[in-house]
Amino acid sequence: MLTGQILTGLAGASVLFFIAAGLSLIFGVTKIVNFAHGSFYMLGAYIAYTLTEAFGASGLGFWPSILLSALAVGMIGALAEITVLKPVYKAPPLFQLLVTFGLVLIIEDLTLLVWGPEDRLGQRAPGLSGAVELLGTQIPSYDFFLIAAGPVVLGLVWLLLNKTRWGILVRAATEDREMAAALGIDQRILFTGVFFLGSALAGLGGALQLPKGGADLMMDLTVIAPAFVVVVVGGMGSLTGAYVAAVVIGLANTFGVVLLPQATLVLMFLVMAVVLLLRPHGLFGQPERAERGHTPGAGYPAAGAMEKAIWSVVLIGALLLPLAQDDFILVLATDIAVAALFATSLHFLLGPAGLVSFGHAAYFAIGAYAAALISQQIDGPGMEIALASAPVLAGAAALLFGWFCVRLSGIYFAMLTLAVAQIVWSLCVQWTDLTGGDDGLLGLWPSDWADSRMVYYYLTLALSLAAILLLRRAVHAPFGFALRAGRDAKARAEAIGIDVMHQQWLAFALAGAAAGLAGALFVFSKGSIFPDEAAIPRSVDALVMVLLGGVGHLAGPVLGSAAFTLLHDQLSRFDQWRLLLGIVIILVSTLAPAGLSGLPAMIRAFAMRRRI
Amino acid sequence: MTLLDVQRLSKRFGAVSAVDNVSFDVARTEMLAIIGPNGAGKSTCFNMIGGQIEPDMGTVLFDGTDITRDTPQKLFRSGIGRTFQIAAVFQSMNVREVLQTALLSRDGRTASFLFPARRYKGEEADELAASVGLQDFLNTECRALSYGDLKRVELALALANRPRLLLMDEPTAGMAPDGRQQMMRLVRSLADKSGISVLFTEHDMDVVFNHADRILVLNKGQVLALDTPDEIRADPAVQAVYLGEEA
Repeated sequence: MLTGQILTGLAGASVLFFIAAGLSLIFGVTKIVNFAHGSFYMLGAYIAYTLTEAFGASGLGFWPSILLSALAVGMIGALAEITVLKPVYKAPPLFQLLVTFGLVLIIEDLTLLVWGPEDRLGQRAPGLSGAVELLGTQIPSYDFFLIAAGPVVLGLVWLLLNKTRWGILVRAATEDREMAAALGIDQRILFTGVFFLGSALAGLGGALQLPKGGADLMMDLTVIAPAFVVVVVGGMGSLTGAYVAAVVIGLANTFGVVLLPQATLVLMFLVMAVVLLLRPHGLFGQPERAERGHTPGAGYPAAGAMEKAIWSVVLIGALLLPLAQDDFILVLATDIAVAALFATSLHFLLGPAGLVSFGHAAYFAIGAYAAALISQQIDGPGMEIALASAPVLAGAAALLFGWFCVRLSGIYFAMLTLAVAQIVWSLCVQWTDLTGGDDGLLGLWPSDWADSRMVYYYLTLALSLAAILLLRRAVHAPFGFALRAGRDAKARAEAIGIDVMHQQWLAFALAGAAAGLAGALFVFSKGSIFPDEAAIPRSVDALVMVLLGGVGHLAGPVLGSAAFTLLHDQLSRFDQWRLLLGIVIILVSTLAPAGLSGLPAMIRAFAMRRRI
Repeated sequence: MTLLDVQRLSKRFGAVSAVDNVSFDVARTEMLAIIGPNGAGKSTCFNMIGGQIEPDMGTVLFDGTDITRDTPQKLFRSGIGRTFQIAAVFQSMNVREVLQTALLSRDGRTASFLFPARRYKGEEADELAASVGLQDFLNTECRALSYGDLKRVELALALANRPRLLLMDEPTAGMAPDGRQQMMRLVRSLADKSGISVLFTEHDMDVVFNHADRILVLNKGQVLALDTPDEIRADPAVQAVYLGEEA
């Protein structure tokens, strides 16, 4: 029994290694955290499905089909790099991340168009379809093949990187990109090549797991979190690290299934948390170099008369909105108020604190589930007590998780926040006794007095506004100044007595509490809550809202959430709305990185140029 | 009277002994310069005293109190101001706001949400700016300042808690020769006026020999000499390893 579990874990580890190796290579050279890497893995599985259905009856057709799938995915990866990623190499990491998430959406919809919505089961590998008996357990022969394939591919890639001229250039660029450029290495070709290799490895992983796990449309985001965990535990950019970490994480995953069936992912993420606390740069990683060409963070001047006037008009408009007597508009406006608070809470981390969180949905969901469960338990003022306790509980959770997260910085911080969010998500899915699992929790409506759409809209508006104003006040208060000092120059801030980590920790908790309130308001506006609210796309939604509005301005997240909610509403009327949203995300990140709140400055700059 | 007493400070990085058994002291109101060829251990020594690097061995006493493993935050509160080799201030703020932030931190108000930071002790911030000659730049964004003025902001920050000791890592690096002498004259006058001791590292020998009361020469992590500028100038051992190399 145990032998079987371990061997299955090791087989899974090989597949995880192929994906993580590609991710790590790509990050090492281009410094891009590629969310779309899971999509390449998914494409590998689907392409291999088509090819093996056609040619895979014999070994002579099967194995070339697998290799061809990997090559095809490599080409797709290279193509994506040339068309979509080249324009954002100089942009801040957040924009690159969002662009790759745009790719995720596009690839998901295209895959749906080509292969349809059904899950696909792969052919067994010819000659390896049987099982071997070992210590009284039947072990699939294919597992042994996969276990062996991991080290073999590790060896081959190692040879490629260490014994070929191309590989040496790749390693040089990983060590020091600017030095490599100064030595006349053509980065454009090198980057495309690395993307080809990395994507092909992901495609290989997808193709090789087809006989075991099949192909489905959820694979992309299901695999990306464990793959990130492996890369981070192994150390960004280290191939050996990726292999060792894949084995560790693969086994943790397997034991998670045995030991904690309610929370299979928890063990894996605990391993990650422990490794990162002991070795903040992973098992084999190097400390991150100080970011060069780092764009200075935004300052937030107090609002001028013009800005105050605009906001007064907006607020009056919002207060008069129910006069339109249109339920649909009220629902949309309530959504915007909730989204504005959620986005503002994330902006508080991204902007003044300089902390890029990939997992802010966790606190939204904790607030939402806490509110749902509390209101179910209490007769009478369930909603009131839920709305009051949700931010406290979400803030407490953020205090707990934030303690670990703020000990890391840069990309490692982002990854740990993502991991935490995945734990929360997996609990929402798996702890069915409490959360209802995928069926969610239903029938959660406001108290009688607030049950009309209009009253609930005003309630949401009032609470969101109050929380947003509080966050805004925090930015201008001593707390926000000390936070910004730590973001701008950490060592300098510490030398004037500011405990930067402490300051960031409190900011994390405050942002978590505000997101929790948004989550609670969301629950009673929808009447239900599902695990999706903790999933990666929800975290990315918030990032897109902040980006769309602009990180450099306190009004940005409010503008961005309104624009995003309206856009989402329009796009979701189309069948291929993910595709369209993906394209919009890529265009905004590439063309207007300052967001909507940066438009006036962009227009002024344009007008100045025209005049000269 | 000794203010800073460094005893047998040591630090290894792998097989390299960066700082090896270094002892010296800084007297009250004294300006002591640490010099030495590249790799002599100046910065390591400095960062151990400043709390950025933890020493393997040795103790640092400040006014009789052991501060060896104190964090930079704690050192600031104990009365030690620090400037960095590459000036780094808060780029998103103007000069007054930067200094207000330091005053807020000094007064233990950094957790407060109660009032706008821009209203906090503006006059004291302005006085602090004036004390380093920045009275005309109060509303200038730090990202728009010249490098020399940035170094002045750093100095003003280090002075915010009325320190008894200033640690200055290459206070004039990156500045034009005129600016360097001006900067050190400013430090000297502030030190004399407020009774501050200054420990600094420096590459510019003119600056060192014009302004230091005593000079500590490090070589390969060890103390080569510790004496007045005149004696150091005449020291054959120093000339051999250090000044010889410069010439």
